[in-house]
Amino acid sequence: MPLTIQPNLPDPDGFYERLIALHRDLDLAGSRRVNARLILLLANHIGDPEVLDEAMRLALDPAAPRTHAR
Amino acid sequence: MLSTYAYPEFPYVPSEEQRTGRRVRHPVVVVGAGPVGLTAALDCAHHGVPVVVLDDNSTVSVGSRAVCYAKRPLEIWDRLGCAQRLLDKGVIWKNGKVFRHDRLIYQFDLLPEDGHRMPAFINLQQYYLEEYLIDHAHGFDDRVDLRWKHQVADITPAGDHVRLTVETPDGFFDMEADWAIACDGARSDIREALDLPFAGQAFQDRFLITDVVMKADFPAERWFWFDPPFHRGQSVLLHMQADNVWRIDFQLGMEADPEQEKRPERVIPRLKRMLGEDTAFDLEWVSVYQFACRRLEDFRHGRVLFAGDAAHQVSPFGARGANTGIQDVDNLIWKLALVLRGQAPERLLDSYSEERVLAARENLLTSTRSTDFISPKSTVSRAFRDATLDLAEHLPFARPLVNSGRLSRPTPYTGSSLNTADTEPFTGAPPPGTNAADAPVTAEGAPDWLLRHLGDRFVALLFLGEETAPPPDHTGTMAALAAQDVPIHVVTVGRRAGDLVDGAGLAHERYDATAGTTVLVRPDQVIAGRWRGPDPARLATARDRAIARA
Ligand SMILES: Cc1cc2nc3c(=O)[nH]c(=O)nc-3n(C[C@H](O)[C@H](O)[C@H](O)COP(=O)(O)OP(=O)(O)OC[C@H]3O[C@@H](n4cnc5c(N)ncnc54)[C@H](O)[C@@H]3O)c2cc1C
Repeated sequence: MPLTIQPNLPDPDGFYERLIALHRDLDLAGSRRVNARLILLLANHIGDPEVLDEAMRLALDPAAPRTHAR
Repeated sequence: MLSTYAYPEFPYVPSEEQRTGRRVRHPVVVVGAGPVGLTAALDCAHHGVPVVVLDDNSTVSVGSRAVCYAKRPLEIWDRLGCAQRLLDKGVIWKNGKVFRHDRLIYQFDLLPEDGHRMPAFINLQQYYLEEYLIDHAHGFDDRVDLRWKHQVADITPAGDHVRLTVETPDGFFDMEADWAIACDGARSDIREALDLPFAGQAFQDRFLITDVVMKADFPAERWFWFDPPFHRGQSVLLHMQADNVWRIDFQLGMEADPEQEKRPERVIPRLKRMLGEDTAFDLEWVSVYQFACRRLEDFRHGRVLFAGDAAHQVSPFGARGANTGIQDVDNLIWKLALVLRGQAPERLLDSYSEERVLAARENLLTSTRSTDFISPKSTVSRAFRDATLDLAEHLPFARPLVNSGRLSRPTPYTGSSLNTADTEPFTGAPPPGTNAADAPVTAEGAPDWLLRHLGDRFVALLFLGEETAPPPDHTGTMAALAAQDVPIHVVTVGRRAGDLVDGAGLAHERYDATAGTTVLVRPDQVIAGRWRGPDPARLATARDRAIARA
């Protein structure tokens, strides 16, 4: 299954608000930890190595050619 | 003061009641002649309710304030007979563009479909809006008593009325009102006098708001920049207004000194960096604002009803301030008129607070989210913001996360105690509690709009589909509805015949209507209930529910 790059969040503004709120009481180091944990949790949920590799490539360079995304 | 606009000066006229010292009881006193108070007064006049408007000033809104008015308030002003002049003078637009650095990353269309009388938005300086509303009110001299230089100094609830202490150039006097509508703005004296908390969040970031006169070839669109080359690290917003005046907002950050930033020596170079050395422009007005999002817990306090900025204040990124205030009074005045006539119980006015607090809550939530995106308050928040922008230029999924302001839309009164819930299935059409959809129709052979046949009264839209007349067994009883104390007027809408002919089929489509579908619409053009067949008994019950006497 290719990486979804089309909008897929039912309530984007609500999600964004909760994401920022997650960090409200954290210092910078704490936030980095939480972000890293969040990535690992979501990566495990996704599982598919092709999707994860494509996501990592696009995170590094959002303009990179898309080989496995839709 | 301004090169494109001369502020009118409205005369102070001493009132009979102050001169004679004889205290008068008025049915409705509106405090504040801003956009919301003026619209409230016009709606009172429209419903035949005499109204006194008190304003501490003697002219229209001074300086740079509201610019963008949305479709729904335009529909309300159309119902009140004063939208055309606003449309003629205003700049009509519907597209927005979002830039990062100097690149377009995302654009949106606020009204992608045709077949609506009103556009998505118009831009017009607030002083024009107020001037036109005042002109329109002068047409109802017998019912709208506009009193300038009348400052309300105190308000005292007194059982079946309220007492207002008013200061004029001739001193103080007292007047009484069955009902007072507080439209006295964000710093409401009425709110203070009643000692009501105005809770919420204040933002530290400062914004430079400039109005600039120039000949420019930007299109009539909303343009928003994150971190543009001409204003590094901050955001900029551009809007076209009437008379070649342009609104340009510069985010300044939290450290900015408002007095310094307002000086032309600072403002002009900022503008030149944006517009180029060769663009000739004049400064029309400059101010520095900080924004806040807060509201009253409840908009009804006995016989005092709060509306507009006096009831709720939002940051301006979604143009929600005046737009939602106009919808407050749209919701309020028909209810107040019924209560004054003794046709509905006072508790109908609680539903005003119930429904409009719902809207204020949504506006505050949305405006707060936009403000947090535009001026992130922590390193992490900024990192997520910048990451979203990095991704949005190339990857569509991130675009809905980019929040440069979510522009004002009506809030559905979902779950309102006035709604009659669906008992039959409908799909893709506005449910009870939502404002009625417009559609092009033909009335008496001439092109017209559906919304112009709704409002001010209860209307039952009876759809005919391909039929040419309603089912005969119902015609008599349906007509009887129009003779009840709170009448329901039946308007038939058919594809081929009827009071309104829906040749293009858009009305049927937008209401998911088939032959027999009946939609009950409140005087504020909000849907109260809908059914698959015309049933006078169910209509009367739904009407009673919508006026809180069921
Ligand atoms: C920079 C900026 C941009 C904005 N842009 C938009 C926009 O694009 N779209 C939008 O919808 N909104 C916008 N707004 C918000 C909009 O200006 C307000 O929401 C709107 O003016 C509220 O109207 P109002 O009638 O409730 O209050 P006001 O306009 O504040 O009017 C209150 C009136 O009450 C009078 N008054 C006050 N106290 C008393 C007293 N004690 N006795 C008698 N009279 C009194 C005042 O003189 C005034 O005339 C913007 C605001 C700002 C600052």
